[in-house]
Amino acid sequence: MRVMVESRMRELRYREALREAMAEEMERDERVFIMGEEVGHYQGAYKVTEGLLARFGAKRVIDTPIAEEGFAGIAIGAAMVGLRPIVEFMTWNFSAVAFDQILSNAAKLRQMSGGQFTVPIVFRGPNGAAKQTAAQHSHAMETFYAQIPGIKVVVPATVADAKAFMKAAIRDDNPVLVLEDERLYGTKGEVPDGDHVEPFGVAAVRRAGEDVTLATWGKMLLPCLEAAEQLAKSGGPSCEIVDLRTLRPLDHHTVVESVRKTGRLVVVHEAWPYGGPGAELVDRVQREAFDALDAPVLRCTGRDAAMPYNKKLEDMTIPDAKTVLAAVRAVMAY
Amino acid sequence: MQDERDVLLGLYRQMVLIRRFEEAAAKAYSQGKIGGFLHLYIGQEGCAVGALAALEKRDYVVTTYRDHAQALIRGTSARACMAELFGKVTGCSKGLGGSMHFFDADNHMLGGYGIVGGHVPIAAGAAFASKYRGDGAVAVCFFGEGSATIGAFSEALGLAALWKLPIVFICENNEYSMGTPLERSLAVADVSQKAVSVGMERDRFRCTDVLEVRDRVAVAVKRAREKNEPTLIEALTYRYRGHSMSDPGKYRTQDEIDERKKLDPILHAEGALRAKGVSDDELAKVNASVEAEVEDCVKFADESAEPDESLIEAFNYA
Ligand SMILES: Cc1ncc(C[n+]2csc(CCOP(=O)(O)OP(=O)(O)O)c2C)c(N)n1
Repeated sequence: MRVMVESRMRELRYREALREAMAEEMERDERVFIMGEEVGHYQGAYKVTEGLLARFGAKRVIDTPIAEEGFAGIAIGAAMVGLRPIVEFMTWNFSAVAFDQILSNAAKLRQMSGGQFTVPIVFRGPNGAAKQTAAQHSHAMETFYAQIPGIKVVVPATVADAKAFMKAAIRDDNPVLVLEDERLYGTKGEVPDGDHVEPFGVAAVRRAGEDVTLATWGKMLLPCLEAAEQLAKSGGPSCEIVDLRTLRPLDHHTVVESVRKTGRLVVVHEAWPYGGPGAELVDRVQREAFDALDAPVLRCTGRDAAMPYNKKLEDMTIPDAKTVLAAVRAVMAY
Repeated sequence: MQDERDVLLGLYRQMVLIRRFEEAAAKAYSQGKIGGFLHLYIGQEGCAVGALAALEKRDYVVTTYRDHAQALIRGTSARACMAELFGKVTGCSKGLGGSMHFFDADNHMLGGYGIVGGHVPIAAGAAFASKYRGDGAVAVCFFGEGSATIGAFSEALGLAALWKLPIVFICENNEYSMGTPLERSLAVADVSQKAVSVGMERDRFRCTDVLEVRDRVAVAVKRAREKNEPTLIEALTYRYRGHSMSDPGKYRTQDEIDERKKLDPILHAEGALRAKGVSDDELAKVNASVEAEVEDCVKFADESAEPDESLIEAFNYA
C-alpha cells in the first residue's frame, strides 16, 4: 500500500543516486549482487560503488579480473538460476568484448527456451565520450543495444531518474542496460525520499514550448536545455524538450503529442547519425504525425567518424548548444 | 662491433629519455596541455628498451595504451611523440590518436591500443603476414598482466602456437592492473605458465638489468626468426606512478614503492656504466643532451598547429 505523505526531496549527485539505488535494492533482496572491474577495493573506477564493499562484503561486491565476456556470461548463468546480478562495465566501450553474451545469450534465453528461463540482470556503466579519450573509448553504445529485442535500454539524464530507473532495472525480470555518463556523475539534482521507481517507456517533458520540439536522451539533454534558454532570452523560437529516458521501450507517443503542438521536431543525440534509436523515432513520428509536421524532421547528431583525440576536433564531433541552435534555426527556416 | 660499453650507454640514454619525456608530459598534463588518459611507463623502462634492443628494423612492435616508450625507442622523434600528446597535427598520429594511440608505420610501430588484450591478435597477425611472405620479420607484442585474463589473449596465444608464428609475447607484469594486484586476477602467480597449455616456449625474468633483458628477449627473437616458434615472456617490472594520471594509487604503500625503486633499471645501468669506467662527466653529458631534447620537443609541440576540421572524416576510408 502506498501511503501518501509529502515526499521530501534531497539533493544528491548522479553517482550517489545510482549507489543509493543499488544499496537499497541489495538491502531489500539478498539475491542482488554487484560484479565488475575495480568495483570493490578500488571503490569503483568512477566511484559509483564507493563504500559498498565495506557495507555488503566481498560475497556481494565482487572484483573481477579484466574478463568482460567471462564475467558477463557468469552473471547471465547465475541469473538464469535465480540470482539478480548487477554487472558494471568500467565503461560501455568494454561491453563490446561481452557483446556476444548480451546479444546471443541474455537477450535470447527467454525466447529460445520457450519462456522457461528469464534473465533478471542489470548491465551498467558510463557511456559515450568522456573527455579526449579518443577513438576506442568514446562510443555511444546505446545505438547498438537499442536494436535488440529481449533487452531494455535506459539512459537516465537526471539524478532522480538515475535512482528511480536503477531501482526499476534491478527489480525487472529482464536484462536491463543502464547507460550512464561520466560527465553526468558529478551533476546534482533533487531526489524524492523513499521507494520511488519509474516505469520504462514513459518519456518526460523537461521544458514546455510552442514552436519546436527537441527530443533527446542522456547527457544531450544539457545542450538542449542550454540552447532553449539562449533562444528564450533572445526572443527566438520556443522549444519544448522531451527526454526519452528509455530507448527500448521507446515512448514516441509523448513526442508525437508534442509535435502536434509545435509542428517541428529536431532529434538530438551523441551517437553516430547512421540508424539507431534517433532514426527509429523519426520513422515513427513521420508515420503518426505526418499531418502535423510543418517541416522535415531534422537530427543533430555526433559526426559520422571515429572520435578524434584533439580537443577542438572532439568538440566539433559531439553536439553542443551551438549545433543544436543551428538545427533549430534550420528546422524553423522551412 | 660496437663495444658493450657504448651499447649500454646508448640504452641508458633511451631509458633516461623515456623518463624525462614522461616527466615533462606529466607536467604538461597538469597544465592542461594534454587531455584524456595519460599512462606513464616510468619505472618500466628496462623492459621496452632491453626488448627492442634485440630487434631489427624490419620487425614489428605492437603495444597497449602505455605506449610512449615503444614509439620513442623504435625511432619516432620526441617531437612527434610530444606533439601527439598535445593533440597537434605534427604528432605521430596527427593529433587524432593521443597518448594511447601512437602509430609510426615507417618504424613498424603498429600502435598503442586501448582495449585490454584486443591488440594481441593484431600482433599475431603481423607475424602471420611475415611468415606468409617469408620476409623473416618478427613481431613483438607488449601487454600488461591484466591482458592475461581476457579471451583475445588466450586465443592469440593458442593460434600463434598452433600456426607456428614468429612472435614474442611480452607480458609486462608490473604487479597491478589498475588497482588490482595479480593475486586477485589470476589463480597462479606465474603468468608465463599460460604458455604451457598451448605448448609454447616461455621465459620469465626481472627487468632491472637492461642488457639481460636484451639477451633473454634475443633468444626468443632468434627462435621466432629461425624456427617460427613463438615465446611467451613474463617480464617482471613495476610502475612508480598511478595507473594513469587520474589514479592516486592508494592501493599500495610508499614502502613498497621505495623497495621496488631499488631495482630501478636506470639506477642499475648507471652502476654498470661506472663499473665499465664511464665517468660522471660522460653521464652528465648524456643527461644534458636528453634534457635538451625534451625541452625542444615540448617547445615544438607547443608551437605546432592543431589539426584542421577536415581531418575529422578524412580517414574514414582508404
Ligand atoms: C577490455 C577492457 N576492459 C577494461 C579496460 C579498462 N582498463 C584499462 S587499463 C586497465 C588495467 C590494465 O592493467 P594491465 O593489463 O596490468 O596493464 P598496465 O596498465 O599495468 O600496463 C583496465 C582495467 C580496458 N581498457 N579494456
